[in-house]
Amino acid sequence: MTNGETKKSGTEGAAGPGAEAGTEGAAAPEAAQPRTPSRRALLGWGGAGLALGAVAAGGTAAALRTGSDAAPAAAARPAEAVPFHGAHQAGIATAVQDRLHFAAFDVKTDDRAELIALLKEWTQAAARMTAGSQIGSGAIGSLAEAPPDDTGEALGLPPSRLTLTFGIGPTLFESGGKDRFGLRDRRPAALVDLPRFPGDNLDPARGGGDLCVQACADDPQVAVHAIRNLARIGFGKVAVRWSQLGFGKTSSTTPDAQTPRNMFGFKDGTRNIAGTDAKALEQHVWVGARDEKGGGAWMAGGSYLVARRIRMHIETWDRTSLREQEDIFGRDKGEGAAVGRKNEHDAPHLPSMPPTSHVRLAHPDSNDGIRILRRGYSFTDGTDGLGRLDAGLFFLAYQRDVRQGFVPLQQRLARHDALNEYIQHVGSALFAIPPGVGGADDWWGRGLFA
Amino acid sequence: MRALRSAAAVTAAVAATLTAVSGCAQKSDAAADDAQDGAVHVTATDDGCAVSKKEFPAGHLRLAVKNKGTKVTEVYVYAPGDRIVTERENIGPGTGADIVAEIAPGTYEIACKPGMKGSGIRQKVTATGKSTAPARDPKLDKAVAAYRAYVQEQADRTLPEARKFADAVKAGDIEAAKKAYAVSRTGWERTEPVAESFGDIDPKVDVRADGLEDGQQWTGWHKLEQSLWEKKEITADDKKLADRLITDLEDWRKRVGKAEITPTSMANGAKELLDEVATGKVTGEEERYSHTDLSDFQANVEGAQKAYELLKPVAAERRPELTKELDKQFAAIRALLDRHRDSGSPDGFAAYDTVGKDERKELSDGVNALAEPLSKLAAAVATAK
Repeated sequence: MTNGETKKSGTEGAAGPGAEAGTEGAAAPEAAQPRTPSRRALLGWGGAGLALGAVAAGGTAAALRTGSDAAPAAAARPAEAVPFHGAHQAGIATAVQDRLHFAAFDVKTDDRAELIALLKEWTQAAARMTAGSQIGSGAIGSLAEAPPDDTGEALGLPPSRLTLTFGIGPTLFESGGKDRFGLRDRRPAALVDLPRFPGDNLDPARGGGDLCVQACADDPQVAVHAIRNLARIGFGKVAVRWSQLGFGKTSSTTPDAQTPRNMFGFKDGTRNIAGTDAKALEQHVWVGARDEKGGGAWMAGGSYLVARRIRMHIETWDRTSLREQEDIFGRDKGEGAAVGRKNEHDAPHLPSMPPTSHVRLAHPDSNDGIRILRRGYSFTDGTDGLGRLDAGLFFLAYQRDVRQGFVPLQQRLARHDALNEYIQHVGSALFAIPPGVGGADDWWGRGLFA
Repeated sequence: MRALRSAAAVTAAVAATLTAVSGCAQKSDAAADDAQDGAVHVTATDDGCAVSKKEFPAGHLRLAVKNKGTKVTEVYVYAPGDRIVTERENIGPGTGADIVAEIAPGTYEIACKPGMKGSGIRQKVTATGKSTAPARDPKLDKAVAAYRAYVQEQADRTLPEARKFADAVKAGDIEAAKKAYAVSRTGWERTEPVAESFGDIDPKVDVRADGLEDGQQWTGWHKLEQSLWEKKEITADDKKLADRLITDLEDWRKRVGKAEITPTSMANGAKELLDEVATGKVTGEEERYSHTDLSDFQANVEGAQKAYELLKPVAAERRPELTKELDKQFAAIRALLDRHRDSGSPDGFAAYDTVGKDERKELSDGVNALAEPLSKLAAAVATAK
């Protein structure tokens, strides 16, 4: 496999369980989040949602411009609100929050106008919730005989850096040969149907979906509240197909922070793309203005998201010798240094690593420089009825084009990765992530329906 | 399945208590029958119902009834929405009766029913005093009255079906009992929130094994369902339970007219019917032995739709986009149910254990799609115009 000495910027885009994950390089500054009002302040404003939008859009631009000068992110500021509006959707380059609630939806209506109305309503509710405000007429104070508009479990909680990121699955464009909403011609070429990878054991009930919303927040209650309320607004138009809760982020976009560990106990995300690395984002994450010819042009400024539920065989892993564990990853367990290296961030020397080691296979130098931006989470959904932990990695990766990103990477990993003995991909979905919402009049997916 | 006790149930219970108390008082007053002691005299004939005064102070009301006609009659006092405040049946020709009640300020109707049939010959009366209840849109009073008539009709129609079921059980005929089972439940399932508002009937007739409290005897439909489908035998106890089911259903039929029904309780009752579907039927828990969940499902939807249709004229004025959505979702859920019809089964639907996981998800999505907008109906009819 490939080149000897890696270049200094070697980034392993871990496809598999992201175990390889690098420790992010040297202290890169966090994506600066402009100071935003606390939830309490917002509640006091009444209808501040729209005003905030304008502020937020400016804030994002400022953050991108001044990213490298921004204050380090080490001290998270969980109470803050992440701007909802901007050129790109929040929740991709945004510093990874602690918790996840991801939901995929089936669209139940055949009526294009009704779908558009829902997306507008969702966008409005999302803008309010990410700002820490209640939706509709709120959780309390309305008619006693009727249920309140907002379910209320986030009352009194700060915005907790909630981001809501919206995506569109291939089946919205076409399903069973049917052009469901007159969108067939607008399907981006990069929104492919993922090939079957060796070893996949995919449960259709844990994959696919016409639409998705990724909710990330530092407080799980805030993330769950957001998905729950969007699902409720959507009843009759959409239905939840599957959803996944996540904790313990398995990679971060803030390379100066401590690298998180995955459920196998290894550091993950060492060389992930930093949310402030505008150049890497342009090159590997954001869809370029000329990437899509024809119908898919609306995707410029967007991205593509691969979501994979990767079950980990925890019990057998825990019976595996330390040496084998480290050989499988190609890193040591304590420091996270690559084979033959001393520190986590030392560039790995690929030829000296076992040929089936996860890091070696996933490294950009083994994959023509491919990089993807990962922001996956660990999950534990209790036990599986045989007493085994139903746990693993909910892998989320953003990229400019899956045909150059996840697909070739996973093809390589699925065939050769030593880790495959301990993991299994059980759920899979791909979504086109439209560009950001520009302002109060804009809405999720507007470019697609234009 | 029991729903949460509503405020309406509590109110009804209080009203029942008051009636009972005044019932006791009545006996000691009996001697004062002929005295002009403030009683309202009702003279019933075969084609008339004369009242001595149409206005009297709220509080203790005594009706002194004389039947001067040739037919057996009955006399009712109705509150708006046709709620029965009090009634007396079987007043023979040439006889009389005293009827007493505690009544709040407001408008009422006194009805005589010669031959004990129909809605009666009615007189509007007013109980004077300060009323705390705000005046209601007469269209809503009409909706409540029509819904009460529907509930009564469902109860009336349930009894013969339930007797068919009970008779088959008592005859030890398992196959005939199985055939009659689901059909006997239709009227109940259409109007369950009203029955539940009484609090005591539902636990006797419709409780499931897991709903029993310690020491509570298991009675009603589901106990017999278990015997027929799971145990495949009818015991002597089951035969007694069949009789008891009829007794309890008779009680229900007699009491539905007194239930506290309001426009909001109708709207929320409709939503509760869908909640029953969402929590019990879609999962197959309700009819776990017979798997006749889909016919309960259909009856719940029909009952909810009836309440909705009656409230719709008012709701459509206030929230036209809501009624448009509800029309659409009711049509959608009924079309979905129609896909599971099976003309070969006694209740007209496929057995629920033959309904696959994907189809159950589809039904569940359909219920959510309807129940969510339905939860907004109460607000649409509650707010004064």
